[in-house]
Amino acid sequence: MIQGRAWKYGDNVNTDVLFPGKHTYTAKGREEIASHALEDLDPAFAPNVREGDVVIGGRNFGCGSSREQAATCLVYNGVGAVIAQSFARIFYRNAINNGLLAIVCPEAAQAIRGQEPVSIDLERRTIECAAGCFEFPALSATVQEILEAGGLVEQVKRRLASVRSNS
Amino acid sequence: MDRHFSSQQMGQAGDERGQVARTFAQKALARAAGLDSVEVGEVVDVRPDVVLSHDNTAAIRETWLQFGQERIVIPQKLAITLDHAVPAPTTRHAQNHAEIRAFVREQGIRHFFEVGRGICHQVLSEEALVLPGQMILGADSHTPHFGWLGAFGAGVGRSEVAALWATGELWLRVPESVRIVLEGELPKGVTAKDFALRIIGDWGADGGLYASVEFSGSGLEAMSVDSRMALANMMAEFGAKSSYIPPDGKTVAYLHEGLLRRRTRKSGAASTDDRLPEIEEMGVFPDEDAAYRATYRYSSDELEPTVACPHTVDNVAPLSAVAGTEVQQAFIGTCTNGRLEDIAEAAAVVQGRQVAVGTRLLVIPASSLVLQEAMRRGYIQALIAAGAAIGTPGCGPCMGNHMGVPATGEVTIASANRNFRGRMGTRDAEVYLASPAVVAASAVAGRIADPRDIV
Ligand code: SF4
Repeated sequence: MIQGRAWKYGDNVNTDVLFPGKHTYTAKGREEIASHALEDLDPAFAPNVREGDVVIGGRNFGCGSSREQAATCLVYNGVGAVIAQSFARIFYRNAINNGLLAIVCPEAAQAIRGQEPVSIDLERRTIECAAGCFEFPALSATVQEILEAGGLVEQVKRRLASVRSNS
Repeated sequence: MDRHFSSQQMGQAGDERGQVARTFAQKALARAAGLDSVEVGEVVDVRPDVVLSHDNTAAIRETWLQFGQERIVIPQKLAITLDHAVPAPTTRHAQNHAEIRAFVREQGIRHFFEVGRGICHQVLSEEALVLPGQMILGADSHTPHFGWLGAFGAGVGRSEVAALWATGELWLRVPESVRIVLEGELPKGVTAKDFALRIIGDWGADGGLYASVEFSGSGLEAMSVDSRMALANMMAEFGAKSSYIPPDGKTVAYLHEGLLRRRTRKSGAASTDDRLPEIEEMGVFPDEDAAYRATYRYSSDELEPTVACPHTVDNVAPLSAVAGTEVQQAFIGTCTNGRLEDIAEAAAVVQGRQVAVGTRLLVIPASSLVLQEAMRRGYIQALIAAGAAIGTPGCGPCMGNHMGVPATGEVTIASANRNFRGRMGTRDAEVYLASPAVVAASAVAGRIADPRDIV
């Protein structure tokens, strides 16, 4: 169960507003990366976001650069999930690879209003908000496996360990 | 190898494997996965031929260290450039570069390119490190660039590159394909950049989302290699996973020259091996009747100079609609439009003229080879005489990491690929995107201008 407030933005939220390029080769560590989240889009976000909050986007969320901090800056701020009408593919992979749930659900993404409470039930695959309850499609087996492992790095560690113990 | 389908794609083609017509993406992914054939929507583990990273290599190493390996498993497949902030603008950037050099030494990475050599996509193209039909995965979103030579190039994240270093493989979903056909040679003053902006404007920044964008038509055949690179590169702004232009004699000749140059440099003696047939044979082509998600047809004579306005790439307008907008900075460079052809066009526009008072022109060639050739041909001299500032080959201010960032409230017109808010390092600055000739004409006029009105 993920529960928190909604931070709602529009279409084409790009990686430069999620995490500015000028910090990508210098910002290190969770705190510094977290502090730059959305700084060119919503300066109120990083200081006020709380554990479990949910980011809502329109179409093509995360378009632009491959920079992974666009996803990790949300993770390090405790964001529980991102719900959007659609995701740019590299952002989607970066989110899942860092254990950040990225849900494609156009109806919910449109219905949810900024700052209202949202709860996500992973087992029932539902999103609840003021406008009602929305169901989202099952994640692909690959994506599920990565999320269950706790991200790509953990999944690769497991794979490497099983290769080592088999050889 | 893992094989499974994502739910929404199940049962798409009832035909037996190997008998249906295939897109380029299907063929390239099958090859990289070591399979006879793959279906759209299928998830496969691929083994790319080349794995690219740049200034982000030190951060990737941090992740890779968590795997507890002493050696990466595919050192020969790595290509690493220092290009995003070069020469290092701050001590922290210098430290980042130093860590990358140490890693390169420690792991014996052969394909390493120092500060000043140029932007990753241009350098790897010049070095012929990727060949037709091959797969390159890069920790850079413009990796679809390699579609220019008929290769499958896709961008991935830093953790994924770390995983590739550790295992040599990564999962990819076989994408649907979108076909774009261009008939007829581009008219004078209209470039591949204008075509790319037109496509993105017509169908939106997500028009090619998740798809392999596969080009064909006589318009592509007529295009120079430099123009094909600009077009394939820009498909990153269309949401594409990869792009593809059928390789032909021009492609093969360009790559062959690169291979010979590399060999000559290594052995010290001029290399004359004929590897043309070998490269030619690597070409992979989609089947005529392959299934596409959509087909868009364009005719060259309907295209015109096009500009992307702030702050999204799909916010396009015909040049005539924005002409007259005052600009403080004009920037020619990047992996999209920093090539010889681009600099030649800019030089032709400014030749015998001066950059307008109140405007500055910044030119950053995409690579050292481009810079050398542009000097040999007198382009750089013409640009400097007109008042341009020339930068070290690299990304420059494209992503706001390096010299040439605008001040608050300033307007830049750039031959770059992105105009997102804050992209060039300044939140309240506007960036327009256009072809190099339009950028040069705007520098001379001090406002957005049509080169055909000047030359
Ligand atoms: S020139 Fe710009 S878009 Fe191209 S690789 Fe460099 S930063 Fe990225």
